[in-house]
Amino acid sequence: MSTVFEKSVPGREGVWPDAPEHDMGEMLPADLTREAPAALPSLSELDVVRHFSMLSRKNYGVDSNFYPLGSCTMKYNPKFCEDIAGLPGFSRLHPLLPQLPRGDELTQGALEVMYETERWLCEITGMSEFTLHPMAGAHGELTGVLTMAAYHADKGNKKTKIICPDSAHGTNPASAAIAGYEVVSVASKDGIVDPDALAAVLTDEVAGMMMTCPNTLGLFEKNLPKIVDMLRSVDALLYYDGANLNAIMGKMRVGDAGFDVVHVNLHKTFATPHGGGGPGSGPVGVCEKLVPYLPISRVVKDPSGRFHLRYDYPKSIGYVAPFYGNFGVVLKAYAYMLRLGREGLIRVSENAVLAANYMRKLLDDVLEVPYDRICMHEFVASADKQSHKGVRALDIAKALLDKGYHAPTIYFPLIVKECLMFEPTETESKQTMDEFVKDLREILAQAETDPAAVQTAPVTLPVTRLDETAAARNMHITQDM
Amino acid sequence: MPYVPHTTADTRAMLEAVGVSSMEELFAEIPQTLRPKSFDLPPGMSEMDTRAKIEDLSSRNNTSLVSFLGGGFYDHYVPSAVDALISRGEFYTAYTPYQPEASQGTLQAIFEYQTAVSRLLDMDCSNASVYDGGTALYEAMMMAVRQTRRVKVVISETVSPIYRILLGTYTKNLNLELVTVPHASGATDFAAMEKAVDASTACVVVQNPSFFGCVEDASALFASAKAKGAVCIVSAYPVLASVIKTPGKMGADIAVAEGQSLGLPLSFGGPYLGIMTCTKAMVRQMPGRIVGRTTDSQGRTGYVLTLQAREQHIRRQKATSNICSNQALCALRCLIHMCLLGDEGLRRTARTCMENARYAAGKLSRIKGVTMLTHGPVGNEFAITLPRPAQDVCLAMIGRGFVPGFPLGRYYPGLENSLLVCCTEKHSRRDIDILAAWLEDEL
Repeated sequence: MSTVFEKSVPGREGVWPDAPEHDMGEMLPADLTREAPAALPSLSELDVVRHFSMLSRKNYGVDSNFYPLGSCTMKYNPKFCEDIAGLPGFSRLHPLLPQLPRGDELTQGALEVMYETERWLCEITGMSEFTLHPMAGAHGELTGVLTMAAYHADKGNKKTKIICPDSAHGTNPASAAIAGYEVVSVASKDGIVDPDALAAVLTDEVAGMMMTCPNTLGLFEKNLPKIVDMLRSVDALLYYDGANLNAIMGKMRVGDAGFDVVHVNLHKTFATPHGGGGPGSGPVGVCEKLVPYLPISRVVKDPSGRFHLRYDYPKSIGYVAPFYGNFGVVLKAYAYMLRLGREGLIRVSENAVLAANYMRKLLDDVLEVPYDRICMHEFVASADKQSHKGVRALDIAKALLDKGYHAPTIYFPLIVKECLMFEPTETESKQTMDEFVKDLREILAQAETDPAAVQTAPVTLPVTRLDETAAARNMHITQDM
Repeated sequence: MPYVPHTTADTRAMLEAVGVSSMEELFAEIPQTLRPKSFDLPPGMSEMDTRAKIEDLSSRNNTSLVSFLGGGFYDHYVPSAVDALISRGEFYTAYTPYQPEASQGTLQAIFEYQTAVSRLLDMDCSNASVYDGGTALYEAMMMAVRQTRRVKVVISETVSPIYRILLGTYTKNLNLELVTVPHASGATDFAAMEKAVDASTACVVVQNPSFFGCVEDASALFASAKAKGAVCIVSAYPVLASVIKTPGKMGADIAVAEGQSLGLPLSFGGPYLGIMTCTKAMVRQMPGRIVGRTTDSQGRTGYVLTLQAREQHIRRQKATSNICSNQALCALRCLIHMCLLGDEGLRRTARTCMENARYAAGKLSRIKGVTMLTHGPVGNEFAITLPRPAQDVCLAMIGRGFVPGFPLGRYYPGLENSLLVCCTEKHSRRDIDILAAWLEDEL
């Protein structure tokens, strides 16, 4: 399909703002004026509407396709949340308003949304305080690590290392590294963190460890209490990557379990859409001793029930975002939490875990399931058996696309060969899962009889397999380059 | 219950298939000692009641003020077609395009976005966006540090103070030296910046128009900084980039921007998007996702995420950045907005904003006791100095339903009497006339 630039017809008008009275020359000297126009497209409004409508049809989304993408929690996003985020009372609010004299009074509704969301997240996770500033999960990780660093610096601790399990999301080591830490990897044993391996790398120089629980294999970290004690013994902090929070709401609170810092992906657990890669939102919660280091601003409620933004926290790490994070995303999450309430959130986790285990059971005779025991909200399988006959995890993923499903996560975590990670979520029906499994079994049967057919999938989509090597080598990343 | 589809029979069948007798048994691995000490949340609400509660909250925000607040975040008109197109579920309920064959819509849109913002800022290439203009600036600075292996960053005080605080937070534990060059009566002190650049300088950082609204030319600074091996970075305002001298023409190596003004609502601070563009020579230092054009097995054009060896899921702690998600849907809004306006529409918008600002500056500076803080050319924003504290004046004006601007003393000690006033195409001459009349009244 041609690009919007190729469709451009010079002189054609889309939305045509009224012409100003003055030419540029009357307002700016020539040496400060742009020479050549930017060459943006010239199109009618209908041209634009049709172009993007056509593009949308070349996409899989949760609204149109089952999306069992492990670790991504691609659940259904309630529609009313979108409406709410568009309410003019919120969408027209300038973020500098609260910084004006008595500006808090002009934004009481928004501040209450923020305050209440923080209270909910504290109760769900068992932490003392939350900040909504981080704009994505990885941004939350960075914020959390910077907060940990501020704690150690304040105590005079000399700490230079952060530990990450080998099953960690790639963002964990990356976040620790850009915050200035040396990253130490610790190997898993039977799919979970091995206390003996941890003991071998745990020294006074360790500032903290980053974990998720259940981990990326969908397994509960059974040695957690022991790990907490080990870290405490060297005044190291324990960070919780909330990517997998959807599995444990009401069943375990990470604060109660001994984690000191947590980030939550509102765009996963709290059903705010992923938008093709963002925007997300990654609020961070901390235990009592880390509260002084949270980023500013902080929202507080006074005894009369009024809300205020406060900036006077001398030990704060400062700004991690220009304002209060991705407020519009927070608002959707708040609406979702209000709608579901206590029982609803518990049922989310129960049904997410039930669905994952159900699918695991339906598949464990055709795919190798390396940790074939009760899993949490996702599980990994291996196409190692199939790969010996020439059909790899990638091929199976592509064949699923042909059947109208988004593929599971593949080749992650790195510690499982030919890995496929499935996460059906609580919003998919038994019928959808049954149908999916039937189709997947067909693909696996075909892998035996006609591997070439699977290897050449997909054949029903707008494009067949794409040459990623050529894309990296030729680097054609704009229309002009 | 809402959003869980299972009937009682379904649930029973699934539990049976798993081989457990109850939901609780699924969580048997979590020991009792790790169970929640409390889970004290209110009961759920119907959709209708939830909506009513949040509508009530929205009414407790004051959006009826006539506001001249800018400071890098601008209230521009957004055509209805933007919201209509962005609401298509195939766009907003999709994930990161890890399976390119099923994500050509998102991928082609990002490719087009990369093209549009590169052309607008007059640079070679772009990524698929980062969180916001501030993180874009931080990532630009880190690109320069990696590229040059130097430790000093020379930044003008006329760069957004909000962003400068953010840079300080991010770099606290790193071996970097941030040198802030003070402004000279609201203007960027190019001479002092040039002097501050030495053999240890990784980059020079300016903003255009500056935080005070001044349109400036960094070309000479950039030429001399480059001669000393430093990377040249501009933080730009994309609407005005359509009419003022571009980062590319000034010789910038990296140009970043807050993309909010291209079709995104103010939304109390987010979501916005960080636009990041650079020269071809620096592309492998650029963080975040990048979409590339390629061909499929039948030779047809298609798009994929490319240069992934820079990213955290491959390189882990050695990645160019920890950034994983971007602001894809915001980038799409921005692209659709630019396509609807086109070049001419965007230029018209920019000129109208500037025209309104000129008109406002003329009116306000004729008030007795009011002077312009800066003297050079301005874009759609300008700073004035009042005879008394801007905070007090601002408070009084809010009482009349007008936000006259942003009191600069909040971030610039010594400028307590100064106010940053912004105009967009949404301000009428009448709004500006009333602002001037009431301000005169208050002073």
